[in-house]
Amino acid sequence: MEETITQKGSSNRMKFIVGGALIVAAVIYLIVSSTQASAQYFLTIDEVVAKGDQVLDRDLRISGAVLGDTIAYDRESLSLSFKVAHVPGDNDEIEAEGGLAEALHAAATDPSRSRLQIIYEGPMPDLLQDEAQAIMTGRLGDDGIFYADELLLKCPTKYEEAVPEQVEVQQ
Amino acid sequence: MIANLGFGALTAAFLVSLYGIGASFYGMRQNKPAWVDSARNGMLLTFPLLTLSALCIIVLLATDHYEVEYVASVTSRSMPMYLKVTALWGGQAGSLVFWSWLMSAFASAVTLRKWERDREFLPWVIVVSLVTLAFFLGLNIFVENPFTRLWQFPSGQVIEKMFQPAASSLFYPRDGQGLNPLLRHPGMVIHPPMLYLGFVAFVIPYSFAIAALVTGRTDDRWIRLTRRWTLWAWMFLSLGLVLGSRWAYDVLGWGGYWGWDPVEIAAFMPWLTGTAFLHSVMIQEKRGMLKQWNMVLIILTYSLVIFGTFLTRSGVLSSVHAFAQSAVGPLFFAFIGLTFIASMSLLFHRWNDLKARAEMTSMLSREALFLLNNLLFIGILMVCFWGVIFPLISELFTGQKVTVGPPFYERANGPLMAGLLLLMAVAPLSAWGHSTIKTLGRAVWKPAVAAVSVVAAVVFSGISNLYAIIGIFLTTFVMAVTLYEFGRGAAARGRRHGENFFLALWELIKRNRRRYGGYIIHLSMAMLAIGIIGIEIFQSETQGSLRQGESLTLGEYSMTYDSLAVFDAPDNRNVARAVVSVSKDGKPVGELYPRRDFFYDSQQPMTIPGVRSTIEDDFYVLLVDWEEISTRSATFKIYHNPLVKWMWLGCWVFIFGTLVAAWPEKESGLAPVLASRKNREAAKA
Repeated sequence: MEETITQKGSSNRMKFIVGGALIVAAVIYLIVSSTQASAQYFLTIDEVVAKGDQVLDRDLRISGAVLGDTIAYDRESLSLSFKVAHVPGDNDEIEAEGGLAEALHAAATDPSRSRLQIIYEGPMPDLLQDEAQAIMTGRLGDDGIFYADELLLKCPTKYEEAVPEQVEVQQ
Repeated sequence: MIANLGFGALTAAFLVSLYGIGASFYGMRQNKPAWVDSARNGMLLTFPLLTLSALCIIVLLATDHYEVEYVASVTSRSMPMYLKVTALWGGQAGSLVFWSWLMSAFASAVTLRKWERDREFLPWVIVVSLVTLAFFLGLNIFVENPFTRLWQFPSGQVIEKMFQPAASSLFYPRDGQGLNPLLRHPGMVIHPPMLYLGFVAFVIPYSFAIAALVTGRTDDRWIRLTRRWTLWAWMFLSLGLVLGSRWAYDVLGWGGYWGWDPVEIAAFMPWLTGTAFLHSVMIQEKRGMLKQWNMVLIILTYSLVIFGTFLTRSGVLSSVHAFAQSAVGPLFFAFIGLTFIASMSLLFHRWNDLKARAEMTSMLSREALFLLNNLLFIGILMVCFWGVIFPLISELFTGQKVTVGPPFYERANGPLMAGLLLLMAVAPLSAWGHSTIKTLGRAVWKPAVAAVSVVAAVVFSGISNLYAIIGIFLTTFVMAVTLYEFGRGAAARGRRHGENFFLALWELIKRNRRRYGGYIIHLSMAMLAIGIIGIEIFQSETQGSLRQGESLTLGEYSMTYDSLAVFDAPDNRNVARAVVSVSKDGKPVGELYPRRDFFYDSQQPMTIPGVRSTIEDDFYVLLVDWEEISTRSATFKIYHNPLVKWMWLGCWVFIFGTLVAAWPEKESGLAPVLASRKNREAAKA
């Protein structure tokens, strides 16, 4: 009698273990497949310019310093174009240049840095201005222009970090 | 002067916390209750000290003391008084003080309760609360001091220091930098305190859990004692999240409410474990199972709360280039790591004492479904956590930094959230202990038929999006089951006691507040889901440049550009405000005033949408651009957001449900619980 109970208990336990394992497997599957489906590669402007053709059909996420006098906006088509200059991708390098604000300033004023033309369609973001940091996701076109689907902006000099990142999201 | 007073109070609170930790330990070791009482008094003292310190900051903020660096960084002369005062949590240093102040308020409230029957928990609750408090106060004193002032040397150089360096004098900037205009919104004024209330309140159940582990009193007592705390904590955290969304919807001007950015996720993660915890403690209370699991959940919640405070305030993620780089970063990580390891070691030490009383027998029993619910919540947590740390991992292993965006979270979490909705519909009808397809089917079929007929109607009306159909089925199923439970319970009670339906419903809820409060919360979650389905799946948008009198059409809606005025507002901003008239199906339904404010002091524009919101849909208009001077033409972007109002309505239902579940009972303690259980058993028999 006792044996059958424990047997029943252990087969029950098996059921739960299998059930739990299935769920864990499902979660892992969701994570892995979704990661593959929506991975975006972080690149600096230097890397984009250097790699060129190799990254044509990949989702990229890039960051650069906005050059104020290149900003052009077509009100009819809501098409926004501007150029960004290379800022280092590594924190230590940014710190070495004296922090993000300094690094952005250096990038925007140094004509020897590599630059990239950006086109984005949508309302003009509130924070788009000279020496703002632009973080964009999108793809590089055959024409060497980066077509951004998403544009985030931040101006590091002005405020203490009190703004959740979402503030700068413009879609 | 005021700054020195505030800093003095802050330092005193820190020292008192350290003393309290020591005294509590010593009292326990030597078995001298007087020392524990002294520690308790110390804990109570931190509250007035921190109140004083926070008041000092508020006075400095309100009276334009820009020589204090914090004041200069978050306020400016042109800001209205309420924003100056609430700038207490507008920056990192101030919000850490605010956090500590809330913590001391909660901890004091806890120590003031009656402790007769739980005397052995007291010293440990004090220690855990005070260690947490001391950590935050230490950060404030040594790293992020809100009272540091600006000092100028004869050379002109200005530095930031707490106390006067030799040969320098106070530097008074003429004005402060001001709060970011985007944050000058009532939603943003109450969003951080709500979030913090939620964060801080979770420390209390955690401290009881640790007390239970240390003392070995590992029965359900700690859970019963902290049940209400947990609910309040959870409510505030949830409200904090929803208010943040609302603010995004109202202010950010992209027609969205949630962007899956790391800061949002940081606040969302403790909510996930907290919600799982709220559910699984019920299994422990009813069936004596999952005791170890509950400990894991509350420990995780605590760690995630500290992590969340850190991420939302430290700015580590403000750079896309990742973690660290903030002075407080390593300290936070060390603290989280140490408390997590210490808590987990304690848990393993008591592992065997926490063995379950019973074993699960049936896959469809209530407890098994609760367990499944927990797994799904943890699954969502893993997805979120993975998304946040993935850039670091990919860089570590491939040298190439790869990130994942919102599509990752939506794709991976979607099925898990759908699973949660399904459980929300089925679990309330399953029985404790043993349940089979047959018994469950008998209970579920009526609401299921109701949900299927709603879905049939929806499909018939022409909606063919598969995700929408699944979503609508699940939400209507949840609502049908929940309402069915109310109806069934009230009818049964009415028959038994000869009460009419409404009286029976009232009595039913009154006598089983936890259960029916929970059901009301389920209803609110279904409403939230309806709003999310509406905006995620059915949002449509268009844009166009219009001359005055011209119209733009989107679906049934059409909007006409009437006029635009540009003027200066008193609070130092320039306003461009358009008047557009909106009509639906050809009938005029009113005017909207989308506008763009330009803040002179920060040289920053801010776009404020005009929104017409109904139960059915929102019509959301953004003023994008306009022709200067003549204002003959202007460019608009418009969104049609179906059903999104359900999200905000669900929020009210949610608050109501939590109040029903958490409102203190008149009688206190265990007696009424036992009594009501007896009643229920008697009623069953």
